[in-house]
Amino acid sequence: MTIADLPIPPGAEPSAESFLGAKTTFRSWALTTDHKRIGILFFFATTLMLLLGGVFAMLIRIEHLTPGPTIMSEETYDRMFTLHGVIMVWLFMIPSIPAAFGNFIVPLQIGATEVAFPRLNLASFYVYLLGATIVIASLFYGGIDTGWTFYVPYSSHTPAAVLPTVTGIFIVGWSSIMTGVNFIATVHTMRLRGLRWMRLPLFTWAIYGTSIIQILATPVLAMALTVVGLDHAFDWGLFDPARGGDPVLFQHLFWFYSHPAVYIMVLPAMGVVSDVIPTFARKNPYSYSAIVYSTMGIAFVGFLTWGHHMFVAGMSTFDAGAFGVLSMMVAIFSAIKVFTWVATLYKGSIALKTPLLYVFAFFFLFTFGGMTGVAVATMSLDVHWHDTYFVVAHFHFIMVGGTFTGFLAALHYWMPKVTGRMYNERWSVVAWALVTGGFVVTFTPQFFLGNGGMPRRYYDDPARFQSLHVISTVGSWALALGMILVPIYMTYAFFRGPKSGPNPWGSRSFEWRTASPPPERNFEGPVDFSIDAYDYTTPQTEDA
Amino acid sequence: MSAATLPGWAIHALGLPPEASALSRQIDGLHAAVISATFAGTFAVFAVTLWFIVRFRRKRDFESTPRVVASGVREWFQGAALLALFLVFWAVGYSQYLRIETPPEHAMVVYVTAKQWMWKFSYDDGQSTNDTLYVPAGQRVRLVMTSRDVIHSFYAPSFRVKQDVIPGRWVNLWLDAAQPGSYPIECAEYCGVAHSNMLGEVRVLSPADWAKWRRGANPGEMIARGRDVAAKNGCLACHTLDGQRHVGPTWSRLFESRVALADGRSVVADEAYLTRSMMDPNADVVAGFNPVMPSYRGHLSAEEAGALVELIRSLKDGGPKPVVALPKVTSP
Repeated sequence: MTIADLPIPPGAEPSAESFLGAKTTFRSWALTTDHKRIGILFFFATTLMLLLGGVFAMLIRIEHLTPGPTIMSEETYDRMFTLHGVIMVWLFMIPSIPAAFGNFIVPLQIGATEVAFPRLNLASFYVYLLGATIVIASLFYGGIDTGWTFYVPYSSHTPAAVLPTVTGIFIVGWSSIMTGVNFIATVHTMRLRGLRWMRLPLFTWAIYGTSIIQILATPVLAMALTVVGLDHAFDWGLFDPARGGDPVLFQHLFWFYSHPAVYIMVLPAMGVVSDVIPTFARKNPYSYSAIVYSTMGIAFVGFLTWGHHMFVAGMSTFDAGAFGVLSMMVAIFSAIKVFTWVATLYKGSIALKTPLLYVFAFFFLFTFGGMTGVAVATMSLDVHWHDTYFVVAHFHFIMVGGTFTGFLAALHYWMPKVTGRMYNERWSVVAWALVTGGFVVTFTPQFFLGNGGMPRRYYDDPARFQSLHVISTVGSWALALGMILVPIYMTYAFFRGPKSGPNPWGSRSFEWRTASPPPERNFEGPVDFSIDAYDYTTPQTEDA
Repeated sequence: MSAATLPGWAIHALGLPPEASALSRQIDGLHAAVISATFAGTFAVFAVTLWFIVRFRRKRDFESTPRVVASGVREWFQGAALLALFLVFWAVGYSQYLRIETPPEHAMVVYVTAKQWMWKFSYDDGQSTNDTLYVPAGQRVRLVMTSRDVIHSFYAPSFRVKQDVIPGRWVNLWLDAAQPGSYPIECAEYCGVAHSNMLGEVRVLSPADWAKWRRGANPGEMIARGRDVAAKNGCLACHTLDGQRHVGPTWSRLFESRVALADGRSVVADEAYLTRSMMDPNADVVAGFNPVMPSYRGHLSAEEAGALVELIRSLKDGGPKPVVALPKVTSP
């Protein structure tokens, strides 16, 4: 392979001294304070949750193959969609990109040898593990059937394992806050001397914006879920109208967190996109500042839009109108990003590799998902669509089409960075085609289901919806097949894949200016970030 | 944009249910505009991306590229233009939303009680129905709704309206059905295990049918009415609905059965027999019972007697399970 002309010190060739090879004992992993290793631990833990949540999703889709019972009872179905939501949201999507790739990449992108609080970083992992274990354990305590939204008063009366589940989520929230605090401190205090904010790689900006949301929003969720748990366990009745409580108040508190949480999930993926495009188009971003400002804009305006989840919940029409306008503004920030990304390709030198393919899937799916977001923010239309499959399709286009394709783009893009090995490009393209095509076939019919008036969380499908459900289920099988391929060829690549060299993509982003995999202390010798992370105006020389 | 009505093929292509009200036609107009913009925007992004991929594909490794930077003015202009489009959506959507959320004055009122897992509709004339909401075509109906347990959501897709029904609160929704027909009602807020069975229908009646229904001519309603009449006139003090023997014969499994009479004859308990027994009880006394029933001639209107017959007809295959055991009544 080739090594770019970037200043990689000669001592930084991949070697036994890499962070992977330095120590190999169990203890060296379990008690590591190396941000790279913690990132990998988070990667495996969150991927395990993805697998679990994915299995529930597949079972839900199979249940919809026929009207009436197919493979499970009504009670089981209610638990399945609840666990699918809880696991995918809190145990996979929120921690996955920030805690796994953010941990690994951010310090490299700012020229740091560590995160600001390495031990807090490790603690965050174990706290996550504890919370996740409690959530999974609640499965065996009789499960939980409230939906991931825990709407009261249903959740305070149902004879399900509400208390253990919300306790688990509460604990996972600590992990989220710990990681957020750590990244904010790291970006503020650990940047290479002279590395100004407006030269930071865009992925770091995205993680920074995400961290702000995490530390500001998560406490509100913790508070709301605590009260739900107490209502359920001790009959406190704070949200129970029978005791003078207000169930709609819970919805306000819940969405005050859970709407920004959507941006916790999607901003890191946007950061990946912002970094993958310049690398594979060998091109500076069309507008670096537009991406930075829209990231921060999303992080702040995202806090003011929660009410658009409640247009039919009985809020005042004035409030509803205000939330509608603010939701339109958030959409503009995302639209500016899409414009900027597409324009970045202009006059580039585009190599169509797997990470970029995922980014193109992201363009298409995220734009459609985002535009349907504008549609559901249009209030009279939302009255029809609210709580139907239209909304299910809309947020899966954002969460899967956006966040998850961003996650896969990151995985393929940084695989050689983390392991020094290259995956098989042919298999990865096959998997990409299956994942993207399967996704479209799975979720496009759900827009029509919603238009037709199929409510979500329905075990039994009114017969008029059956054919669309069958198409959706068959699509999910293609998606699953693609997903199964990824770990197979990635595992093969890790053990047998060809050596990638330090910078197989010829990227100028800062994290590639050291060996791949990086040494334990990230950089050997002096770190030189004098050439900009997105400066492709000078040719690179080949160094065979 | 909002005033336009969609042609039938467009409604079909979007998978929308038939439009049941004037408001739903307006909403669908906006729907089509917004979804068209969604498709146009997405495919524009797709097409431009595809064009760039081909046009600017990599020809040599490690080539350099010119630095292209957005002009700030153009960025602002693009953002502002798009925001303007979104705000048009918002403005039209908001005005429609205000119409949905603001019930008209002088509308007929139906009280709706949601509970796990049924809808109960109570009308201003004292009738009530379960799961089927009867409304007249061409008249505005205001639903005043509350829940007895958890949050439910009244959703009538053909009317494009939905409203969460919240315990402890009374919330409004209104319908103006244009044509007679039957349209589904679904619960749209997850409410527990039988959530997907919490279905109902809006039955829109023509003015003539509506007038008939209001007089209680509807069989389904007659049964409920019959229960009411039976309770008010003391019938249930002696007759049970659940098959237990009491002062008089039970009404369970009575209809069209052969009844042995005290004088040795037997008759089939049809409409005629039942009505006669109300008006002239001692004409045909059932074997094994005392002749203690008073005449209801002049007390029951024909309509009320009919309602009782309908109630008894509905118990043809047995009534509800006994709730309490009644004391034994001695026969002569």
